[in-house]
Amino acid sequence: MSKLYNLTKGILKENPIFVIVLGMCPTLATTSSAMNGLGMGLATTFVLFGSNTVISLIARYIPDKVRIPSYIVVIATFVTIVDLVMQAYAQSLYEKLGIFIPLIVVNCIVLGRAEAFANKNGVVDSMLDGIGMGLGFTFALTLLGSVREILGAGSWFDHKFIQGDAILVFILSPGAFIALAYLIAIFNRLKK
Amino acid sequence: MDSKLVVSPSPHVHSGESTSRLMFNVVLALMPAFAVSLYYFGIGALFVTLLSVLSCVLFEYLIQKFILKVQPTITDGSAIVTGLLLAFNVPSNLPWYIVVIGSLFAIGVAKMSFGGLGSNPFNPALAARVFMLISFPVQMTSWPLPIESRLKYIDAVTGPTPLAILKEGLKKGDTISQIADQIPSHLQLFMGVMGGSLGEISALALLIGFAWLLYKKVITWHIPISIFTTIFIFTGILWLVNPEKNADPIFHLLTGGVMIGAIYMATDYVTSPMHPKGMILFGIGIGLLTVIIRVWGAYPEGVSFAILIMNAFVPLINRYVKPKRFGEEVKRNG
Amino acid sequence: MANMESNFKNMTATLLIISLVASAALGLVYQSTKEPIALAQQAKINNAIKAVLPEFDNQPGNEAKTVPVEGGELIFYPATKQGQPVGTAVKTFSNNGFGGRIELMVGFLPDGTINKVAVISHKETPGLGDKMDPKKSNFSLQFEGKNPETFKLKVKKDGGDVDAITASTISSRAYCDAVTRAYNALKEGGKHE
Repeated sequence: MSKLYNLTKGILKENPIFVIVLGMCPTLATTSSAMNGLGMGLATTFVLFGSNTVISLIARYIPDKVRIPSYIVVIATFVTIVDLVMQAYAQSLYEKLGIFIPLIVVNCIVLGRAEAFANKNGVVDSMLDGIGMGLGFTFALTLLGSVREILGAGSWFDHKFIQGDAILVFILSPGAFIALAYLIAIFNRLKK
Repeated sequence: MDSKLVVSPSPHVHSGESTSRLMFNVVLALMPAFAVSLYYFGIGALFVTLLSVLSCVLFEYLIQKFILKVQPTITDGSAIVTGLLLAFNVPSNLPWYIVVIGSLFAIGVAKMSFGGLGSNPFNPALAARVFMLISFPVQMTSWPLPIESRLKYIDAVTGPTPLAILKEGLKKGDTISQIADQIPSHLQLFMGVMGGSLGEISALALLIGFAWLLYKKVITWHIPISIFTTIFIFTGILWLVNPEKNADPIFHLLTGGVMIGAIYMATDYVTSPMHPKGMILFGIGIGLLTVIIRVWGAYPEGVSFAILIMNAFVPLINRYVKPKRFGEEVKRNG
Repeated sequence: MANMESNFKNMTATLLIISLVASAALGLVYQSTKEPIALAQQAKINNAIKAVLPEFDNQPGNEAKTVPVEGGELIFYPATKQGQPVGTAVKTFSNNGFGGRIELMVGFLPDGTINKVAVISHKETPGLGDKMDPKKSNFSLQFEGKNPETFKLKVKKDGGDVDAITASTISSRAYCDAVTRAYNALKEGGKHE
């Protein structure tokens, strides 16, 4: 596996949302606007990068039976760092994302990459994998957030281009499912 | 029907009736309600209905021809029925673009995404109605007043439905007798003199259509009657317990979408159970959910939600209440 | 790659070390973000007050006064400029919203006139009740510059002076309820000296 491949596979070929379909909870819940999707994606990218790096470094010293608790502690540490930093410097985004920042701890992608990749591969590969997967996640969330914001609120990154309301359902939860389903369908079609 | 080999999902038992024949009868049965709607809501009703039918048929054709790349089947009439029912479920002053978006949702999302006629788990017209209700709550709940609004479309004078008056009054703390003078009499409700979706208002016209469908054996009595009975009994009990806080059962039967929902939407072949016992179970479920939403829910009306929720249970009901396989006794060892 | 043996000693030691390192790292981050977080929170309160009151130069957040009322509590933020009172922002609420609790920040001028009203949180239906947010419609603007002494805080349907949001009488009623609650408490002595 080349280094470049480790970096780029997460963006399209093994996109965590559209292909692996992991981490649906924040995907559906936080993408009511493009900005929220981008913020959530970047926060998760940071955690992925950090946890992948640390876990690939320490994996060989950890006894097998306490593997999962150890990984979770590492992940939770990074999540709490993100949580505190966002509270301090990005208050309004922090309030919009709310409970879903702490919930990055249980995002399947983060633990999934630790288990499936970081504990078997070297530190550089793991870093690249973390960044790639994170960017893929960010790309997916921003795209979904954009689609929902454009259809549901008639704006993109808070720039309004229609008067009044648009098709409201898209910024509500049913719209998240509908938009995600069509994005996955389009993605599958394009992949063929 | 053409002698093409069609591989289709259940039901496979064929009555010799073609889809287009069935659909024609449904359209015919909807005509009395349409006439009433023209009488009360005038040009708005005509415009919305025509637009809805046309756009449903057009979307079906375009999607089948250019996206799915199959032979378009618009001649079976199912898109016409969807368009009619969709129009019957919206106010007659609905702006044109919302009608078109609703039609696209009904045909494109609720029907074609699942594989077209016969494969859709939810009734397309109802799914689209709920989609529109959530997306455009103001436009979807501004009901033109009957008769006064005959010559008007967008600028119609609007007022609340009897159910909305009831819900708001009760939420404010009023009792039924305080609200009563704002609500039309039972006879007016029966004839359809009230604000509401353009096809749901007249119980009389809808019941005439029901009789026609029963006579032509397009549908059986099981689903509508079990819905009516459940709603009647449930609201009857509530009414007897506290007549000052709960409307009487006749009121509940005659208002909102109970008639059109029970007769035309819940009985959709594709999205209802196959066995009579299953149908009754299905109808009871719809009746219970409708009353629960009306009495304790946030929305004044719950028929469309109730039918959609029960649509989701149809595969489960069909699993437990299986029709006998054609030509064999059912053995209970499988 | 051979992992360490999973015996009791190894497992305990590993978890202990990881937890220690993690808590040390978190302690460090906590220390360095403590101040910015406090500042950000103060800025948030100040911004909410700024949105409903004329210019002020004190820290109303530090002089806040909590008044318990039935069903919850109101918070009064007195604002001054160069020692002169410019008004009071009242954080108020109503539990009668269509979706439950609504929280507003109402800015009163010293004579009791409503300066501006901002929504802090609500769970109203999008497209209907959420029009109480000044960003979504002009509903809340009709309260500006009105004195509840003469301006009846009730929707027109109930005999008041307020134009309700289209198709959302319940949300509009709750909004009036919250503003009324703030005003009554203010009159009863929430006013700062």
